[in-house]
Amino acid sequence: MQGVKEKALELLSSGKVQRVLGWKTGEFFYDLTPAVFESTAEIESDFVYNVFSGANLSKYLIKESKKEGKIAVFLKPCDSFSFVQLQKEHRINRENIYAVGVQCDGKCDGESLRALGLEGLLSVDGEETLTVHTLYGDKTIEKKDALLGKCKTCKSKKIASFDEIIGEQGEDLESGRFEEIKKLEAMTPDERFSFWQGELSKCIRCNACRNVCPACSCEKCVFDNPASGVQNKAVADSFEEKLFHIIRAFHVTARCTDCGECSRVCPQNIPLHLLNRKFIKDINELYGTYQAGADMQSRPPLMDFSFDDPECSEVLAKGGNGK
Amino acid sequence: MQVKKEWTPLIVAFCCNWCSYAGADLSGTNRLQYPANVKIIRIPCSCRLNPMFILRAFQRGADGVILCGCHPGDCHYSTGNYYARRRMTLLFSMLDFLGIERGRTRVEWVSAAEGAKFAETMNDFVKTITELGENKKLEDLRCRE
Repeated sequence: MQGVKEKALELLSSGKVQRVLGWKTGEFFYDLTPAVFESTAEIESDFVYNVFSGANLSKYLIKESKKEGKIAVFLKPCDSFSFVQLQKEHRINRENIYAVGVQCDGKCDGESLRALGLEGLLSVDGEETLTVHTLYGDKTIEKKDALLGKCKTCKSKKIASFDEIIGEQGEDLESGRFEEIKKLEAMTPDERFSFWQGELSKCIRCNACRNVCPACSCEKCVFDNPASGVQNKAVADSFEEKLFHIIRAFHVTARCTDCGECSRVCPQNIPLHLLNRKFIKDINELYGTYQAGADMQSRPPLMDFSFDDPECSEVLAKGGNGK
Repeated sequence: MQVKKEWTPLIVAFCCNWCSYAGADLSGTNRLQYPANVKIIRIPCSCRLNPMFILRAFQRGADGVILCGCHPGDCHYSTGNYYARRRMTLLFSMLDFLGIERGRTRVEWVSAAEGAKFAETMNDFVKTITELGENKKLEDLRCRE
């Protein structure tokens, strides 16, 4: 996408904003990391926007928007939903933010390239068709084959809130994002149990899923309580992973915008977004379709109720929801 | 060597202070029988139930967890049980999604006048849990004796 870096330079040099929140190269070229830029020189040398700019910047605004002066931020469609949700929860100071919506057609990362059998990555060129330079020669691939998990089931190209937009405003998509959930629901309880046991036992409790999640922004977290008994890094007992992941997903229920950051950052590649999506699917089916972060007015389903909600026993008697 | 004791189900019943706890009391004063496996924990309102409490109960060796509260519309705080209903429905559906037997968790509305219903519910729940057997899927081995 052209024009993102230019926009950053323009905003900063015109004095419209004092800082810019964007991406810069991290440890590896495919590992872009969020960064705050305070001078045009910094932007010239470090600012990067390319197919690896997958990170959702909205959570960084919680801290950054409380500082003095205005900050510009670049938001892809999925990030913009988190941005609205954070505004709705009064976590960010909207007056200090200049939001630039950036239309997006999917992002990649090192993992998704390696999944195609590419090793020894050196650099990548291109937008739609990517030329991947590796130690073992160059290879050309289509970007749509190397998308991040969260981009394969992109729910919307709509930018929910912005001051200005680069590219076109998009529409909601038919993503088929609940297909995996339906597949799991169709399994027997024992099959589901062994699937999740297998996935969750990989967890090393690095807390990356919690730290990256824009909905997970309590100043004091239950899991930081030394008396909580879930502080162990090593796999102490299988119960601990289940407790952590159930509670992590439950605490963001109805506030999760399904941005997919949890699965993207998981070093163990646990499909954590499936837990959040299960809650979203249940809410959609039991209490009416709801998309967190789509607007500023609607009440989140768990902060609301109706007199004729289905009884818990009815839902469980059906064999859980969805059957 | 320690001889392994025969397994008996352990049930944790979270009862709201205003209805179900009084309902349990009434079933006692009416001399209605319900199994001693049921351990009651009194909570101020059914919506006080933190999902963590349920998981903790399982961790510490419970084989089934039941939440009892006022009937919808009768909440002492007007609306608490409506919120609890949504939360528990979602949480229990999630436990089912993770493959944990759905019979192990239950929500029942028991009023202060329904001593008989309380005893009946507990008898039925203990029966279900006895059939399901020991809680193996949400146990914490470190908490075993």
